[in-house]
Amino acid sequence: MTFPGVKALDHVDFTLRKGEIHALMGENGAGKSTLIKCLTGVNNFEAGEIHIDGISEAVRNRNTLDAQKHGISTVYQEVNLCPNLSVAENLFIGREPMTKLHTVNRKEMVKRAQKLMNEMNLPVDVTRNLDEYSLALQQMIAIARAVDMECKVLILDEPTSSLDDSEVEKLFNLMRQLRDRGVGIIFVTHFLEQVYAVCDRITVLRNGQLVGEYPIAELPRVKLIAAMMGKDFDDLASIKPEGGLHGGTESLIDAQGLSHAGKIKPFDLTLARGEVIGLTGLLGSGRSELARAIYGADKAQTGTLRVKGKEVHIKHPIDAMNLGMGMLPDDRKAEGIIGDLSVRENIILAMQARRGMTKLIPMKEQEEIADHFIELLQIKTASRETPVKQLSGGNQQKVIIARWLATDPDFLILDEPTRGIDVGTKTEIQKLVIKLAQEGKGIVFISSEIEEMLRTCNRLAVLRDGAKVGELSGEMTQELVMKTIAEG
Amino acid sequence: MTTLKKITQKQLFLPLFSMVLVMLINMIYDVAHGNPFYNFFTISINSQGILYGRLIDILNRGSEAAILAIGMTLVVSASAGTDISVGSVMSLAGGVCCVLLAGFGNVNVNSYAVPLWVGVLAGILTAGLCGAFNGFLVAFLKIQPMVATLILFSAGRAIGLLLCNSAIVYVNVESFKMFGGYTWIFPTPLLITAGCVLVTALALKFTALGTYVQAVGINKDAARISGYKSAAIIFLCYVVCGLFAGIAGITATSRIYSADTNNIGLNLEMDAILAVALGGNSLGGGKFRLSGSIIGAYTIQAITTTLYALGVSSAQAPVFKAVIVIAIVTIQSPVVKAYMKKRKAAKQLESGKEVHAS
Repeated sequence: MTFPGVKALDHVDFTLRKGEIHALMGENGAGKSTLIKCLTGVNNFEAGEIHIDGISEAVRNRNTLDAQKHGISTVYQEVNLCPNLSVAENLFIGREPMTKLHTVNRKEMVKRAQKLMNEMNLPVDVTRNLDEYSLALQQMIAIARAVDMECKVLILDEPTSSLDDSEVEKLFNLMRQLRDRGVGIIFVTHFLEQVYAVCDRITVLRNGQLVGEYPIAELPRVKLIAAMMGKDFDDLASIKPEGGLHGGTESLIDAQGLSHAGKIKPFDLTLARGEVIGLTGLLGSGRSELARAIYGADKAQTGTLRVKGKEVHIKHPIDAMNLGMGMLPDDRKAEGIIGDLSVRENIILAMQARRGMTKLIPMKEQEEIADHFIELLQIKTASRETPVKQLSGGNQQKVIIARWLATDPDFLILDEPTRGIDVGTKTEIQKLVIKLAQEGKGIVFISSEIEEMLRTCNRLAVLRDGAKVGELSGEMTQELVMKTIAEG
Repeated sequence: MTTLKKITQKQLFLPLFSMVLVMLINMIYDVAHGNPFYNFFTISINSQGILYGRLIDILNRGSEAAILAIGMTLVVSASAGTDISVGSVMSLAGGVCCVLLAGFGNVNVNSYAVPLWVGVLAGILTAGLCGAFNGFLVAFLKIQPMVATLILFSAGRAIGLLLCNSAIVYVNVESFKMFGGYTWIFPTPLLITAGCVLVTALALKFTALGTYVQAVGINKDAARISGYKSAAIIFLCYVVCGLFAGIAGITATSRIYSADTNNIGLNLEMDAILAVALGGNSLGGGKFRLSGSIIGAYTIQAITTTLYALGVSSAQAPVFKAVIVIAIVTIQSPVVKAYMKKRKAAKQLESGKEVHAS
């Protein structure tokens, strides 16, 4: 299987045993998704064979239905069931039990669905609509559906990205239960902790090639990271400069009482040059909303905002950009990339907006800028004219970062810049944040991983239930942050 | 093989291919009737001192659709919707122009009531206003484009009819016939179209218009965060589309030097939309090629002219046109394209296996 200009998967062997949980690891663009797509028939592959149950005859899945017939089922990060149908209907969609009159036998369907849920210890009323349940439960229902279809191989592609800790634990229990029943599970994730919590063996890919297959006990964390990155692992703790970061005296942002009804209650926030301030709190606590109110993505309804000492009124992101701001939104797909446009066009996008419609950036300058950032951020792309949607997630993220660096902002909001990105790129981005701060820019950094925030930020603002409840600086520990989130 | 593959993968390949196909049918027809094969392409200067030939006729008659296609391309790209009011707006623009030139209430005049440029400008600006109305509904009130433009689709023509007192207003002055007539040896509509295309092409080349429209068309929210005023850009596209409809309306009116409100631009919005699709542009918005739409517009006209040349009556022509359009649209559809690609890959795989086995 090849992607434009890049060989996505090159002679990779992969073996899954009966009754094991097998982690598939690798950085973005290593070929994990491609391997899975080949197994499930989403993509065609050019060479190689698939054998199931040790039968010598090779299996070729032309589509996902074929794969399901051969006992291979996949559950993706985004649950692809119908939210407005009942749980029972979702479980039996396409294979409903029938009455003699060839109508759906609802009674039987509900009975069997409820039995299935009980067997798997899921507290679900199967007659309720699917969207009444949490994402975690929906995911487990999707797994239950796959299991009930007598799957031998269950592929879980990043199932835990949007789950909280207790939900993850429930999912793991279910996975262990299935393993004991003899199902082989392929588990794709970016979270190292989870691999060690639940997996039996690990296969590592890098740049479309097989690095190795290891029993979990023989591959300690550091070695796993080294295998994924192909180099020795940087000590993550040491990316801050000696003596830490120090904010300059010049104030960049001084927000007083900004708010947006229903999203973020009035808050004060200041940011000086050379500072990295982190916004922390649970998902939905108003982290993103606070940043968006400053940037004008959701226009602030009350309060005053001073930028570099001058009072300003931001009505639209372009106003913020003209004051030297930039924002990397948390939802890369919805608000970040312009998928059909090329890498070059995506990189110059914000710069062009600042210059205005009539002042087109000359093509030569565009190409130079694109090449500069592809080189600087090591964006893996076939060429600068490749549509950005063909890049892997981490590289798309780098393109958006490049888009903002090209405008040479004084002040940058990075909302979850490392979500869904592999460890190597994560470190690169964290280092970049520190470097930008040292150059005198002010950074607002938002992340769900407290550890990452502690590594990069010199000050933390803590949010809870749509309000800013405190600020931390100096010696910060994970415990302290958690305590502040919980108690304020 | 590889060069052939390169050519066939170009976005403009299919629109051009369709056009060549229509020309080939013409050539075969000519040869079958004992004419030289190049008959279709023959351009001569006739006794009145103007260019004459079937190709010229196509270029002349296709002008209105081509002008509309420019604006439609921008609207489709930015808003992922179509402006179905353009035909009706054409008629309104022609009506306003003629009523002003003839003076309100007159139905047949031999001299202007107001200077020519006032009438023409008023017609085009009225159309621009219609575009602004559509744009306001779509961009700021977020009404679905089809529904928003449906208002003027039905009302535009009716307003024109009202202005003309439900009569056909004739403006029997030579200088007014100019826009639909001939300038030196060229048909004026052809020159007007060339002018419109040129202005738009230059704007796309030397300003960031293309980036603005496409960015908004592909991902409105991402464009907004990156500093693009999405609503304003969509609004602008509808205004431009309206202005072009006005120009097309004046041209069509001038051809018959009268405001035949009931018939000017009738069903032409469909040709304009089809032109955009035939040009290989997605009606789902986003990336576009202006040249594709223009070629598409002339392909449609070529089909019509060819059918008349083949002796198909004007009543039956739409049926044949539909068949041809179905064929062209089918080969361009993503499903068929994906199928062809898949089949080719499977073939390659098979041949690869044989080589391996031997």
